[in-house]
Amino acid sequence: MNRREAWRARALGLLALALMLAPLSLLWTVFGDGIGVLDWQFLLAEPEQAGRSGGIGPIIVSTALVLLICMSLAVPLGLGTALFLVEQVRPEGRLNLTLQWALDGLGAVPSVVFGLFGYRLFVVELGWGYSLLAGGCTLACMVLPLFIRGCEQALRDCPQSYRQAAAGLAISRVGYLRRILLPFAAPGIAAALVLSAGRALAETAVLLFTAGYVMRWPESLFDSGRTLAVHIYDLAMNVSGGSPASAATALVLLGFALVIQLLAWQIGKRPLSFAR
Amino acid sequence: MSSSTPLSLRPNLDWLLRAASLGCALTAAVVLLLILLFLTQASWPLLQQPASLLGTTWQPSTGQFGLQAMLGSSLLSSLLALLLAVPAGLLVSIWLIFYAPRAVARVYGGMLGLMASIPSVVYGLWGLVVLVPLLGAWMPPGASLLAAGIVLALMILPLLMVQADVALRESARRHLPAALCLGVSSWSAIRRVLLPAAWPRLWPAILLQLGRALGETMAVLMVAGNVVQWPGSPFAPVRTLTANIALEMSYATGPHLQALYLSGWLLLVLALLLMALARIYGSRT
Amino acid sequence: MTASTQPPSLSIQNLSVHYGEQGALLGASLDVAAGELMAVVGPSGCGKSSMLVAVNRMTDLTPGARVSGRVLIDNQDVLAGAVDVQALRRQVGMVFQQPNPFPLSIAENILFALREHGVRDKCELHGRMEQALQATGLWNEVRDRLHKPALGLSGGQQQRLCFARALALEPRVLLLDEPCSALDPIASATVEGLIDSLKGRYTLLMVTHNLAQARRLADHVAVCWVRDGCGCVLDSGPACELFESARDPQAQRYLNGMLC
Repeated sequence: MNRREAWRARALGLLALALMLAPLSLLWTVFGDGIGVLDWQFLLAEPEQAGRSGGIGPIIVSTALVLLICMSLAVPLGLGTALFLVEQVRPEGRLNLTLQWALDGLGAVPSVVFGLFGYRLFVVELGWGYSLLAGGCTLACMVLPLFIRGCEQALRDCPQSYRQAAAGLAISRVGYLRRILLPFAAPGIAAALVLSAGRALAETAVLLFTAGYVMRWPESLFDSGRTLAVHIYDLAMNVSGGSPASAATALVLLGFALVIQLLAWQIGKRPLSFAR
Repeated sequence: MSSSTPLSLRPNLDWLLRAASLGCALTAAVVLLLILLFLTQASWPLLQQPASLLGTTWQPSTGQFGLQAMLGSSLLSSLLALLLAVPAGLLVSIWLIFYAPRAVARVYGGMLGLMASIPSVVYGLWGLVVLVPLLGAWMPPGASLLAAGIVLALMILPLLMVQADVALRESARRHLPAALCLGVSSWSAIRRVLLPAAWPRLWPAILLQLGRALGETMAVLMVAGNVVQWPGSPFAPVRTLTANIALEMSYATGPHLQALYLSGWLLLVLALLLMALARIYGSRT
Repeated sequence: MTASTQPPSLSIQNLSVHYGEQGALLGASLDVAAGELMAVVGPSGCGKSSMLVAVNRMTDLTPGARVSGRVLIDNQDVLAGAVDVQALRRQVGMVFQQPNPFPLSIAENILFALREHGVRDKCELHGRMEQALQATGLWNEVRDRLHKPALGLSGGQQQRLCFARALALEPRVLLLDEPCSALDPIASATVEGLIDSLKGRYTLLMVTHNLAQARRLADHVAVCWVRDGCGCVLDSGPACELFESARDPQAQRYLNGMLC
């Protein structure tokens, strides 16, 4: 019997290994194709020849701007909503149930649909045209459910005993929030923020319809601009000979994604010092 | 909760907190409504004559907007992805929990986490540069339903495995000791007791990932071949609803644009349905 | 594999169980004669359950668990390395504190293990299942719904099903870990009646918190205690003797209901 189990374990292990071949191949390819092109010049310079050569400087800036807009909107809105869900609503109540459904629904919306929505609302109806602002706002809508969930979790993790102690001392809700709840939940919220930013960073379809394709240095938030993800797509699909630059950009994007994962992991683990 | 006592030095802002957070919550909830509203409005004329959308021919230049083939391709590629990812994911999850040495399992888990953070467009790039030529050498043209299925499977695998891990560990906690006390092998216990016990928790996760696969745009766009047709074999190139929107949005006008909005509306409804199913099923168990 | 018809003797000799650095049980020794029920009593944390799970080698599943000493069933040490653990667990059945039938049908709960141990003939399968259910008094209650989910049964019925599940394999030793503590009084009484009926045909080792239950059911009693942060056996012997006059004063006090 034991030999059969050992054989089974080996077979399953082989399957696990086989499964990892694809992502490993991905990393190998992206690294191999892209590393030759990647250098400081690449990170800082403008793209030339439709991106085949030159660099991705403006694209990094556009990406950063879009992320900034996205998180500036998503964080207050999301935190406010999470606070509402945790502090102001009864768990069994209809309001809570409706909100949970609405948020789950929002989380299920395909990214291309967000793109259509963003196009219609921000680009056309509000007349912003293809712009970083439109892209950032649409992305904010998209990461909202994810961020709210993360905040909710972080807030709910705060022990009830703190709340009871605060009530016993007749501390106002705002005071409780400021001095006890938020500092306690800060690591969790920060982790949620970082993860949401990571999600926004990886998004492409949404931005195709809202922020556009332009490769120049952005001069205002109403300028169109492309993000790293869009650039990867464009170079791979629409520009012949664009593969190496695409791979190099992918390396940069993966690098950021990795940093974000590590950040989130680190923050989520250790309590920030002022939470004591 | 309590309001401040007369001894407090600053005015009670609790009402402000309540109002502000309510405002945020309503805004968040309203976004979904807005999306539904906008899409319905944008595709309204075509929504009213659904028959025209059921055809198989998609030729905007002649006013034919048959979504059938693309809807079929979307469904087939997502189902293929599930077919590939679910059994493999379950088996590897079982390996991670019951058979793998602890250090190996930790490293593998970490790699899965990294895998989950790879953007879809990078999967698409890899698919374009590695997978499609590989498949093409085997069975031209390479860019095909199968390529889309494989890439989608890779994308949904990590999250599926996270859910499977949770479900399997829970059912192992409850039933494994009792099963092993009866002198049966681990594998028999897993196969006949733990997996059936874990199944109710796996279904919602599978439904959710199906929704994700249906909604995926970039990776599929880059490897599926983009020919509007019902695939005669897994090696035939196809175009999904999502890829279609991404490809044609930049130059569509009039009824063509409405048709694109409509396919978006269709995708939205499908995704919401799957989410609702997953939620209802999940809450029943 | 045919089991001999006589229940075996069970002898635990100098058994120690450690979980990592933490000692759970130290130097436990007791003897259970063939066909008898020994009740192991004592406060929480004194290693009673650890003793139990060492007998059917369930400790093998806990990472970091170390077991030393000897456990002799009919004079064969089950802790020895060469022992076929799966065969051992067929001979030594276990019932847990929380009723834990599998989320399968009532019939499948019993047939699953039978099939895994090589019983394929449908008549034999059904026969042994019926026998086991009869022995636990469940047969008449469930004969019409054998294919319904086992989780639909009441708590007492579920626990009796767990007994039936173990009995179907025709074990020779039964390990019972507080089998009644999660049940209401009426269900508990039914299960106690079942346990009583098993004496003589099986050798039983039962952990219980309930001294009155031990008094009712046990032929022999062992009292465990915590010394220096580790469990040990203070005293053991025939039930009537021990309840009247245990040699160890601590054990005497505990059996008379005083807590310290």
